[in-house]
Amino acid sequence: MSAPSSRFRRTLRPRGPARLAAGAQPTAERALPVEAPPVDIQPNDPLIAYFQSTTGAVDLGSLELDSPALGSLRAAGVQMVVPLVSQGDLIGLVNLGPRRSEQDYSADDRKLLNDLAGHAAPAVRVAQLVRQQEAEVRERERFEQELRVAQLIQQQFLPHELPELPGWHVAAYYKPARAVGGDFYDFIELPAGQVGIVVGDVTDKGVPAALVMATTHSVLRAEAPRLVSPAEVLKRANDLLVTEMPAHMFVTCLYAVLDPGTGRLRFANAGHNLPYLKGHGGVTELRATGMPLGLMPGMRYEEKEAELVDGDGLLLHSDGLAEAHGPTREMFGFPRLAKLVGDSEGGEALIDVLLGELAGFTGPDWEQEDDITLVTLQRTGAGAASAAASALAGAGHVPAEFEVPSAPGNERAVIDRVVEAVAGLGLPGPRLERLKTAVGEATMNAIEHGNHNRPELPVGVRVTVSGPTLSVRITDQGGDDPIPEPHTPDLEAKLAGLQTPRGWGLFLIRNMVDELRTGSDGDHQVVELVLHLEKGVE
Amino acid sequence: MGAFEATVRSRDGVSILELHGEIDIEAEPALTAAYAEATAADPAAVVLNFSDVDYINSTGIALIVGLLARARKDRRTIGACGLSEHYREIFQITRLSDFMGIYPDEETAAGSVSATAR
Repeated sequence: MSAPSSRFRRTLRPRGPARLAAGAQPTAERALPVEAPPVDIQPNDPLIAYFQSTTGAVDLGSLELDSPALGSLRAAGVQMVVPLVSQGDLIGLVNLGPRRSEQDYSADDRKLLNDLAGHAAPAVRVAQLVRQQEAEVRERERFEQELRVAQLIQQQFLPHELPELPGWHVAAYYKPARAVGGDFYDFIELPAGQVGIVVGDVTDKGVPAALVMATTHSVLRAEAPRLVSPAEVLKRANDLLVTEMPAHMFVTCLYAVLDPGTGRLRFANAGHNLPYLKGHGGVTELRATGMPLGLMPGMRYEEKEAELVDGDGLLLHSDGLAEAHGPTREMFGFPRLAKLVGDSEGGEALIDVLLGELAGFTGPDWEQEDDITLVTLQRTGAGAASAAASALAGAGHVPAEFEVPSAPGNERAVIDRVVEAVAGLGLPGPRLERLKTAVGEATMNAIEHGNHNRPELPVGVRVTVSGPTLSVRITDQGGDDPIPEPHTPDLEAKLAGLQTPRGWGLFLIRNMVDELRTGSDGDHQVVELVLHLEKGVE
Repeated sequence: MGAFEATVRSRDGVSILELHGEIDIEAEPALTAAYAEATAADPAAVVLNFSDVDYINSTGIALIVGLLARARKDRRTIGACGLSEHYREIFQITRLSDFMGIYPDEETAAGSVSATAR
């Protein structure tokens, strides 16, 4: 059992009757208006050792001890103290002022007090234990509640589905540790059919880590489509997060951009575990240097490139796996992980192998120390082949690519040329009408907002058909000003004259096509309108 | 096809605003003038006839929103007829159809709006 509480803060009354003070709250009592000041006894005060070693009531008057507390007790009018001792622990004191009769305490009085103390001490001890236990339960409940909140936040920001990339197979595994570390992963749609892939880890655990993870997630989602370049995205995320994050926390993060058509993978790394690439020549680590996010402003990130050909596979992972400990505190380790990647065919099979090996390594009684995140990416080539065989328009076919000057009304010319370009696709009438409206609106935005109606600035239009996907990319010279998110206009407010009647363009576009992608390469703003052709072919 | 024009007629006590051509920002002066003419005699309802309209873009939608806002202020009922399937869909997506009756033809429109007006 624990030692007596470190401080004794007791209330007493001069000229009052003996009052059991331990653990008791002062209560209003009749005819006793005077409240004595509380007396603090420091844990190293010799008085405590004295009370612990003695039995029965102690007359302070006759006590000679170099003790600050003794002085305070006397000053507060305490004449006699009865220590409450339970199982050898000093758990409280009964402090008494002078008797009301102004006579000294008699031997009978002392006996009565000692009996009282003997009975009271165990009861007080029980009360203290109950109170302590209640506090522990409350603490545990608070902890569990915090865990639930952290889990909830984290789950909100994990992808609900994996991207479907023709010719690729994507798999992911995520298992939070009980205390919930700050792992996260994400897939971000980028202009021109590229995909951003994120795996990250926030130092710290619980709610603070989950909140930082949520912030990082939002920052990446906002910046990735606009900047595209992995090094630029991490640089920007770092500068934004430095100001947002608590001083002791940081985020490691691997960010890669895949062009599924070519297999080109650009990546940058903010201090995260190196991904493994399994190619025909064996397993290599994809290395790019960079500091974790949120530590220092102005960091630069190295950007590297790799190419995945058919049959190649990639593993992105957090340290919950490689740094898991076995029963003898040995680490699972990166060499073992690299070997398993090399031996496996990749994808879900690799994830299964890794989890199986981990379970064998840690044994059945293991409590997972940290979140485990695994993302695998494999180039199967199957989708590309089927796309090539597609009767629709040939894979990667470009039926139209042209520019128009930025003059009002030129959207009509763009609509007409796009209609011509997609004529062979057999789009049903209503789908074609919707595409026309979307193309017109996107072109108008490019002319007016991107190029500010300056005729010398061209609007670029590129129509591509790749497998079952029709894409119309409309490009202006608007630099990297973000294109706003399409929102639903407030018609009531417009009708009431509270808002301009305008502002329908992006909203219309979003409702006219299957996908609206926006982004920037730094110099040009790009709006990509996507139709999934199989939906429209009857 | 081409530049916007509007003509005003009266039918069953309802003003018919017949729209021709493309409705975009360029149509604003002609549409405003025609609406003023159509409401000069303070009719309870106005029907917009889109039968001869082949293009409406977001700036055209804005003009129609502005016209509808004015009609609501004047407590005038607005109906629409002759919209193609595509623009009917757009009137639904933009929720314009929550604030103006959409009818297949002018006769139905004129009959319905005069019955529901004021």
